[in-house]
Amino acid sequence: MAWVLLFLPLIAAAANQLYLKRNAYIASLVSVASVAVTLVIALMLLGKEATDSVDWATIGEFKLQIGYKLDQLSTGMMVVVTGVGLLVHVFSLAYMKDDAAKARFFTGLSLFMFSMTGIVLASNFIMTFIFWELVGLSSYLLIGHWYQKDSAADAAKKAFITNRIGDFGFMIGILMLWGITGSLSFDGMKSWSAGGGLEHVSTGVLGACLLCVFCGAVGKSAQMPLHVWLPDAMEGPTPVSALIHAATMVAAGVYMLFRVQSSIGAEAFDNFAGDTIAWIGAITSLCAALMATQQDDIKRILAYSTLSQLGYMVMAVGLRHGDAGMFHLFTHAWFKALLFLGSGAVIYACHHEQDIWKMGGLLKKMPITGFTFLVGFLALIAVPGTAGFFSKEMILHAAHEYGDEHHNMAFFWIAAGVAVLTSFYMTRLFVVAFLGKHRSDDASHAHEVGPLMFVPLVVLAVLAVVGGFKLAHGLAPATPHGAGEFEVNPIFWVSVGALALGAIPGFLLYNGKEKDPVSIPFFRDRFKIDDLYDNVIVRYFQNGFAAIVHFFDEFLINGLIVGGASRLAEGCGGLFRRVQSGNLQGYAFVFGLGVILVIYFTAF
Amino acid sequence: MLLLLVLIPLAAFLAILCGAPARKTAVAAGWANLALGVWAAFSFNAKIWGISLPVLAKPALHLSLAMTDGMSAIMVLLSVIVTLAALLSGKAPEGKETLYYGSSLLISAGAIGAFAATDLFFFYAFHELALIPTFLMIGILGRGDRKEAAWKITIYLGLGSIILLAGLVWLASITGTFDIPKMVDFVKDHPIDAASQKGIAALLLVGFGVLVSLFPFHSWAAPAYASAPAPTSMLHAGVLKKFGLYGLLRIAIPLVPEGMQAWLTPLLVLLLGNILWVGLVTINQKRLDLMLGNSSVMHMGYIFLAIAALAASHTATGFTNTLGQPAAVLLMFGHGISIAMLFGLADKIERSTGTLELTDLGGLAKSAPGLAFMFGMVGMASIGLPGLANFAGEVLVFLSSFQNYDPSKGLGPVQIACILAIWGVVISAIYMLRAYRNIFQGPQVKATTDSADLTLADRIPALILAIALLAVGLYPNLLLNLLSLK
Repeated sequence: MAWVLLFLPLIAAAANQLYLKRNAYIASLVSVASVAVTLVIALMLLGKEATDSVDWATIGEFKLQIGYKLDQLSTGMMVVVTGVGLLVHVFSLAYMKDDAAKARFFTGLSLFMFSMTGIVLASNFIMTFIFWELVGLSSYLLIGHWYQKDSAADAAKKAFITNRIGDFGFMIGILMLWGITGSLSFDGMKSWSAGGGLEHVSTGVLGACLLCVFCGAVGKSAQMPLHVWLPDAMEGPTPVSALIHAATMVAAGVYMLFRVQSSIGAEAFDNFAGDTIAWIGAITSLCAALMATQQDDIKRILAYSTLSQLGYMVMAVGLRHGDAGMFHLFTHAWFKALLFLGSGAVIYACHHEQDIWKMGGLLKKMPITGFTFLVGFLALIAVPGTAGFFSKEMILHAAHEYGDEHHNMAFFWIAAGVAVLTSFYMTRLFVVAFLGKHRSDDASHAHEVGPLMFVPLVVLAVLAVVGGFKLAHGLAPATPHGAGEFEVNPIFWVSVGALALGAIPGFLLYNGKEKDPVSIPFFRDRFKIDDLYDNVIVRYFQNGFAAIVHFFDEFLINGLIVGGASRLAEGCGGLFRRVQSGNLQGYAFVFGLGVILVIYFTAF
Repeated sequence: MLLLLVLIPLAAFLAILCGAPARKTAVAAGWANLALGVWAAFSFNAKIWGISLPVLAKPALHLSLAMTDGMSAIMVLLSVIVTLAALLSGKAPEGKETLYYGSSLLISAGAIGAFAATDLFFFYAFHELALIPTFLMIGILGRGDRKEAAWKITIYLGLGSIILLAGLVWLASITGTFDIPKMVDFVKDHPIDAASQKGIAALLLVGFGVLVSLFPFHSWAAPAYASAPAPTSMLHAGVLKKFGLYGLLRIAIPLVPEGMQAWLTPLLVLLLGNILWVGLVTINQKRLDLMLGNSSVMHMGYIFLAIAALAASHTATGFTNTLGQPAAVLLMFGHGISIAMLFGLADKIERSTGTLELTDLGGLAKSAPGLAFMFGMVGMASIGLPGLANFAGEVLVFLSSFQNYDPSKGLGPVQIACILAIWGVVISAIYMLRAYRNIFQGPQVKATTDSADLTLADRIPALILAIALLAVGLYPNLLLNLLSLK
């Protein structure tokens, strides 16, 4: 069954690419059907435990394998991936209806489903890496779907290369982990750890190794300083943003880290590696939230919000509470996919207008989209009772617990501060885009989208509410202790306070405004980080350095050393020059000389 | 029987000289050799496929061809696949068909002979046989600055061959035989003394190294490939260049292991020169053909890394590294197929748009989607995307470098080199995606508005190579199983 789950999307992608390029309608149905079947299989496998593998590369005793590992973590994650996947596929049927390259789009989606399934089911690290690269490919293809637009083509390239930088560290981490634990499979690492392996390895080596592995997550989950690709990735069609760049692929980094954490044990992170990971997560969540407050493009606001929420999850892993991070991943997947698809519906209705200041009053024009978006908004800002509330509580608890143990409440207060900012920028988005009066013709002509688009929104809205309650925990990949329970304690008041502290000023500041009353260019320009990368690192460091190396290569190695040697050779006998038509005879002479030498040496 | 694989292209060559229709004869020979080569590789058996004809009594020279192990089988397989693709994708200039197809056939015959030879003399001679038509093709049918490119490659490879010859002669004079298996047996009982090992290894490393464009002996490669007609670039970069690496694995590693180990650090530094230095040079290229030529130089570094990992692991009882050799062979195969396909498709781009300047191109995917798909696929293969052959080779190279890693002793020189080498995966992604972006994506420009897509005839060679990349990439055991046969 698990093999079918893995390979069915690949078969769909291959069929679309090979046979259905000219029949886009059937191609789209093939993709939707394949993901529907995989959802059914994922639900059937939920909670099962099994492993199986086939040899992929065998050298003597050494084996690289393709295999699956089913447990609560992987099967729960599969439900998220296929569940969001199915809704996004259905939504795309309508959203991409008139696209000229619809078949290519659905081929890309199916390829993505295959790659993502591979990461989730992987039983060993090489397999994770294989599919890790393949999700990178499908993300590249889908961001660059409208490749004739310069911005889309550049964004696709940027995403791939930035991820490769993360993979540089990731590969080193995998190799070191192999050296340390003697195994590439997660089960092997688990038994190494159970056998007391951790005691025999120095903290420095282990920590360095885990940080290298973490580099992979920094790339894929767009943590600072490699976060720059994710906002640009919004150049892709909006359903892609919802599925890949919000709900599933970007969460793969967190998933992978938690897989490592649960294999070799959370205590392996009890050193500088765990702290560094937590800091990077915390800084990312804070900076991205600040950047989000000043964006005007509806998708970019959501993209920065995704960065910020991913930062939460990474921080939780770093604080040795990967289960809290995974729980937030689970609830976030539903409500962020909802918000992205909702923004897709808005963009579709407003004739591809993405600036929130040119929208307005959409709640009345598009009531279903508007109300489901409202639900997603409330879940993201963690209103008590929504799924987002329960999971964010768990992260605050983890930060608080760490603070108690290490006398360091910084993570807790950063997390609370990010909660304030989240409710502020989301209130801004909702008030400006959905309330008040329309501010452009496109917005005034907007009307509700069709059922193929609003049914996924409604389903996601339901999940965004109930996803946090206890009854849904069987679906979740990992549920921390005490999740889904209402408990009125100081942390509860901190999170409610943060909610009010962000939402009330946000409403008062933006309600009824025609343009943004606040202007902080530094936040709007994303802390100038993108400028720094493009203009300093890429232009001067990489390209400049490459040009210098090229210069030396041409003039030093090629010109002086080699040129000198060849002049020497020419001068030595003028042999080459004298033979008129050159190369053949000259060469034949050298060759003949060689043969004579051989015979001379061996015969005498 | 193996003689047939060499004789078929030679016979076709003679037939073309005698006036047989050049393209048809060559392509027929290519198909026949592909069928025979695939059969030979997957049913290989030294008894059936070996041959040994006495040529000279003193010194005893035998024309011996055999598939002594899977490594020969895989290299022969690579040769026949690339040969057919090269013969199918080239388009000879008017009136030059005889030279064009004849030379390609000679290169192919020479390469197959070298990979199958078990006699040192013929091992060397077959390679020389293949080099001469390579020079001719560049000098006579090349593009751009063909005279200079031809001169440069001739001087370089000529000097490299002479240095190599000195090393081989030295080896033969110690072991007293030209028969490679006998030489290996001889050193088992009478290991060569350390000083001679070091000297021989130096000659072999430089000699083979020049042939494989080891840094800093690499500057012949890119101009030669850019200037050469497509089939020549495909055959040389794809197949013939692997002779040097094959030679290191076949001759240097078993016969002078201590010598190879003695040169470990310089070798690691030079191979990093290939990956990082030449990698940066590749980023700075403005023309596709030069970029591809440099990228091919860069990727040689990874194969050298596997050889270095193998050499580093030599102990009194043998090599403790088991992954290095299979990794090197797998990557040679993957790289050979992918670089041949890249040169073949670059030729199509030039014929379809009239230029290879990256800044003059754009939006070609719109007018030539088939070409864009094929180029995208092989571009991804060359930067190590899983599912295509190069990745399997690269990941095994990395694993082989860490096979002898002991965390309690810290990182050794091979591991440090490997870590630096992995940065190459970022470098290659940068130049390959940038090239793809500039050629195929973005709005269309003048050169690409009415460009023709691949025709059915163009698709066949690309498909042959693509299938090889996919088959080995999806299931590397297809080739690795051959290596485990004894």
